[in-house]
Amino acid sequence: METGKLNPGALRKILFDCIASVAPEADFEALRTDRPWREELEIDSFDFQNILIAVSKRLGIEVPESDYRKLATLDTFVRYLAERMGAAG
Amino acid sequence: MIEFTMPSLGADMESGTFVEWLVKPGDAVRRGQVVCVIETQKGAVEVEIWDEGVVERLVARPGDELPVGAVMAVLRGAAEPAGRADKPSPPAAERTPRASRPAKPQGGPPTTPAMPAAGRPRISPAARRRAVELGIDPATLVPSQPGAPLQLADVERAAAHPVAASTTRVAPSTSAEARKQAMREAIAAAMSRSNRDIPHYYLGTTLRLDAALDWLEAHNATRPLAERALLAALQLRAVALALRDVPALNGWYSEGAFLQAPDVRIAVATSLRGGGLVTPALRDVDQLSLPDLSGRLRDLLTRARGGQLRSSELSDATITVTNLGELGMESVFGVIYPPQVALVGFGRVVERPWVADGALVVARTVHASLAADHRATDGAVGARFLTRLAEYLEQPETLWKPES
Repeated sequence: METGKLNPGALRKILFDCIASVAPEADFEALRTDRPWREELEIDSFDFQNILIAVSKRLGIEVPESDYRKLATLDTFVRYLAERMGAAG
Repeated sequence: MIEFTMPSLGADMESGTFVEWLVKPGDAVRRGQVVCVIETQKGAVEVEIWDEGVVERLVARPGDELPVGAVMAVLRGAAEPAGRADKPSPPAAERTPRASRPAKPQGGPPTTPAMPAAGRPRISPAARRRAVELGIDPATLVPSQPGAPLQLADVERAAAHPVAASTTRVAPSTSAEARKQAMREAIAAAMSRSNRDIPHYYLGTTLRLDAALDWLEAHNATRPLAERALLAALQLRAVALALRDVPALNGWYSEGAFLQAPDVRIAVATSLRGGGLVTPALRDVDQLSLPDLSGRLRDLLTRARGGQLRSSELSDATITVTNLGELGMESVFGVIYPPQVALVGFGRVVERPWVADGALVVARTVHASLAADHRATDGAVGARFLTRLAEYLEQPETLWKPES
């Protein structure tokens, strides 16, 4: 698990790794980070759950279901993780 | 003597390529045990055996292409005198018309070792999968404990020290393109048959999901991520219960007549990354608790996407559920997989203006559809089914009664 302070760039890299573990063909260069990413990458709820499991393994953050709507774009997802990491540390 | 033969995993399947044995002569086998792996248009499939006995002789060899019904092995029945040449007799639940369904493993590493190796070592399924992933021929590996089957650790060790273990790369026997093409052909055959033979009728209804989604969130609030239930689990449960109420949609149409299935086995249409579709069947959805159903669904989807399905999961579904809403569509009207007689489709969860008790509110809703075979049922039956389905989903507390 990652510890210590992580800047947004590092968090973003970790998030992309977690997504790529489920959707290895994802091209993050071509993806708009301010747009809904799940539809773009065809991530269904099972894939999404697996990505969140990967995130929790890397960062120790378990996202409650009530927060799922905060993860709609990659930008808001990273921001959410940063806030949770900040609150935890 | 019992003959263990190449199974039919669909009306359009003519043959399969034998990949490997997971048992050896002298082994005792039990019903439901996975004994070998075959490669079909539907991808690599683990084949179960439905007889008890002792393996007498292995006939099929890796790389053999065998027609459906060809003898792959000969068993000695536990309580049988030698010399009787029985056809393998699956349990009643298995002796049903075969649905034809396209499938393929996720576009990934080859699952078929190119060349047979004489005297293949025994190997655990997990180790075999890992070996295939790594492109290592298990025949080149040596178990750490003499006489024991190869374990995952043996494969990992070989991967870490390729020279010491003298591993060899295994070339794929079929290219990803060829595999994709074969799957396309399987889908084409099944869907053409459906469109040619089945006079479909379609019904649809929009139902309110607020209660179900709140109920689900409450259920999941105290659970770790991996144990959280998906909305799909509730939808599958509602389909299973509605089928118990309206069993005329649960079964197969074969030789001019509808045959009602004794239990509910729901094929879950699962699209694969990289293209294609598998529809493995989930049993006992009407019997399982929500945590059990969630676990089974997770296991099934994981194996479906990893190309590790079992023969029974690909051959005996009684209805199919598709969930294209996951890809943003509001509604989906499906094509029935013959010889099934119905397919249920769920769309995306959509917020809509909704009238409740004379007041206008914003409600979370989903569109549920039914495609049904008009030879087997009429619209009134389909309507009764969809009405029951909506009632279960709109009142989630009815999905799992306290006693079940």
